Amino acid sequence: MSDWFSAKKNRRHETVIRTGLFVCAALSVLTTGAIVYVLLSNAVYAPGDKTAFFERVTVTEFLTSTQWKPVEGDRGRFGIWPLLSGTMMVALISSLVSIPAGLGAAIYMTEYAGPRERQFLKPMLELLAGIPSVVFGFFALKFVTPWLLKPVLGLLNLDVSIFNSLSAGIVVGVMVTPLIASLSEDVIRSVPRSLREAAHALGSTKFDVSMKVVVPAALSGILASFLLAFSRAVGETMAVAIAAGGNPVMAMNPLKGSQTMTGFMVHASTGDSAADSISRMSMYAVGITLFLLTLLINLISGWILRRYREEYQ
Amino acid sequence: MSEFVDQPAVSFRQGTDTLLRRRLLNAKVFRTVCMLLTYSSLAVLGVLMGSVLWSSLSRLAPDFLTNHYSMNPVRCGILAGLWGSFWLVLLTAAMSIPIGVGSAVYLEEMAADNFLVRLIRINLSNLAGVPSIVYGILGLSAFRPLMISLQTFFDGTRAINVLGLFRVRILHLEIFDGSVLIGAMTMSLVILPIVIIASQEALRAVPSSIRVASLALGATRWQTIWRQVIPAALPGIATGVILAVSRAIGEAAPIMMIGVLTVASMCPGGIETPLQLLQDPISVIAVPFDQFTAMPVEIYDWSKQPDPQDRFTDVAAAGIVVLLGVLLIINAAAMIVRARAGRRIQW
Repeated sequence: MSDWFSAKKNRRHETVIRTGLFVCAALSVLTTGAIVYVLLSNAVYAPGDKTAFFERVTVTEFLTSTQWKPVEGDRGRFGIWPLLSGTMMVALISSLVSIPAGLGAAIYMTEYAGPRERQFLKPMLELLAGIPSVVFGFFALKFVTPWLLKPVLGLLNLDVSIFNSLSAGIVVGVMVTPLIASLSEDVIRSVPRSLREAAHALGSTKFDVSMKVVVPAALSGILASFLLAFSRAVGETMAVAIAAGGNPVMAMNPLKGSQTMTGFMVHASTGDSAADSISRMSMYAVGITLFLLTLLINLISGWILRRYREEYQ
Repeated sequence: MSEFVDQPAVSFRQGTDTLLRRRLLNAKVFRTVCMLLTYSSLAVLGVLMGSVLWSSLSRLAPDFLTNHYSMNPVRCGILAGLWGSFWLVLLTAAMSIPIGVGSAVYLEEMAADNFLVRLIRINLSNLAGVPSIVYGILGLSAFRPLMISLQTFFDGTRAINVLGLFRVRILHLEIFDGSVLIGAMTMSLVILPIVIIASQEALRAVPSSIRVASLALGATRWQTIWRQVIPAALPGIATGVILAVSRAIGEAAPIMMIGVLTVASMCPGGIETPLQLLQDPISVIAVPFDQFTAMPVEIYDWSKQPDPQDRFTDVAAAGIVVLLGVLLIINAAAMIVRARAGRRIQW
């Protein structure tokens, strides 16, 4: 009897639901907007009576100075390079670990491992990916440095500090290995079987098939996964804050401590400095650098994926 | 693809074909290298677990779970972090799951392909790559001032006293810097992209025949979604959501930024045992506004604790064992959900 009425009511409340869900989805855009606003309003131009970071420090100094001493007064030096070089060193070392390990694991899981072995390997790698960053930091500081780096590099008469970029880079590399492994595995798996069979029929060994046919065919996806892992390593915080130490010097020696951008941000926010102190404000400038850097790497990664994707039917 | 074996199809006399033999050797070496690389990651996992367990042994006792922070490593415990992480994750889940699943439903089931929706999609994939510490900046400079203004509001309306129900406590309700609520809001933003992406995948796995059938029987769009699609996708959503929430337990960076306590000898709302929670449920009201610490933050602090005899190392290791134990339980729950659903639903 009242069917037409209930249908109408339905439609009306469906519009409400639809709008509500749209607001949920739009919240993510709002988040990005808020992040950008907060970073810009503290780093570049501050509304109201506050002074933003770049209103006190010139962009030229930020980009060219090689000293980082975020203190008030004349002694303050605000060059991003010590933090940037510390970050890059950790991220590069991590890539040296994660690229071979991740790609090797991806190739092994797709080309060699049987279904049963794969069923064991995949959850184990997921487990590795699920371990929190602080745990890796602890592992670097309390195990990798004293029990691995010091004895081994001690044989070569190299002096290893307690806090060093090398141990941080190694554990971050282990951390992002599952990311490379699973992303690369997906693209390698999507290379059509006919390509492999054709190569085998021409007399290729599995080495030839993997390295000369399958990997080149999946190259765009593999490179994209390397870049994503690199950007993850750049943004990695707790492991690096524990293991690399807090000494912002131009990092040239991986056996010495350094400070990364993320490490500095944790340090600056946990310190007792006042909310509008220059050390607190410099955090926003570092934050904006970190945000732009990771965004850039992620965008390049996505671009490579789209631009160089090989489509197979 | 493992059925191809690198063996010559016909037997050949030794030395007749050095090139072939070299290529076969090459293939063998390559296989071994790949295998070693794969298992070396697992070996690191094993060494990590082993070394943590080994150094935790001296401190891992029941009283580690019930003691507060102490300068004395032998008596130092993780109670505050355990409760802090519990409340943090509870609030984070309460905020991020409805919003996240709602967004996924909108994007997968309702959205038209217009500019705004494309913007949301692109933005989402980029948000997933933003380092978690950047969300911490947002919490520090957006949510904290928000809470401070809320505090002034509460100060003004203190007299209303919600029907006299929350007598004393609401009078003393104080919103602290670095409260559980600010932490949970920040953490929600961190895991929101993960929740959305996982839910989207689960919704995508529901065959469209279900939708078409429901619509053909006269159900409206929303009836189809609410009664057919969401129930069918629920196990997948639950698994993804549980895994996303478990990330919130291990994350420290974003909440470090908002000024969480690193050394705490109090639990949020003063609740220290589950029994206390049952006896005085009203005290929960104060929890979101109270200061807190979380397990990963405590572990960070213990790891950096300068101690000549390195005794805090053992405390940190014990903390890690507790943290990993909690994560293991949660992951096991996710696996059970997945396994059960796999049995029940067959398209």
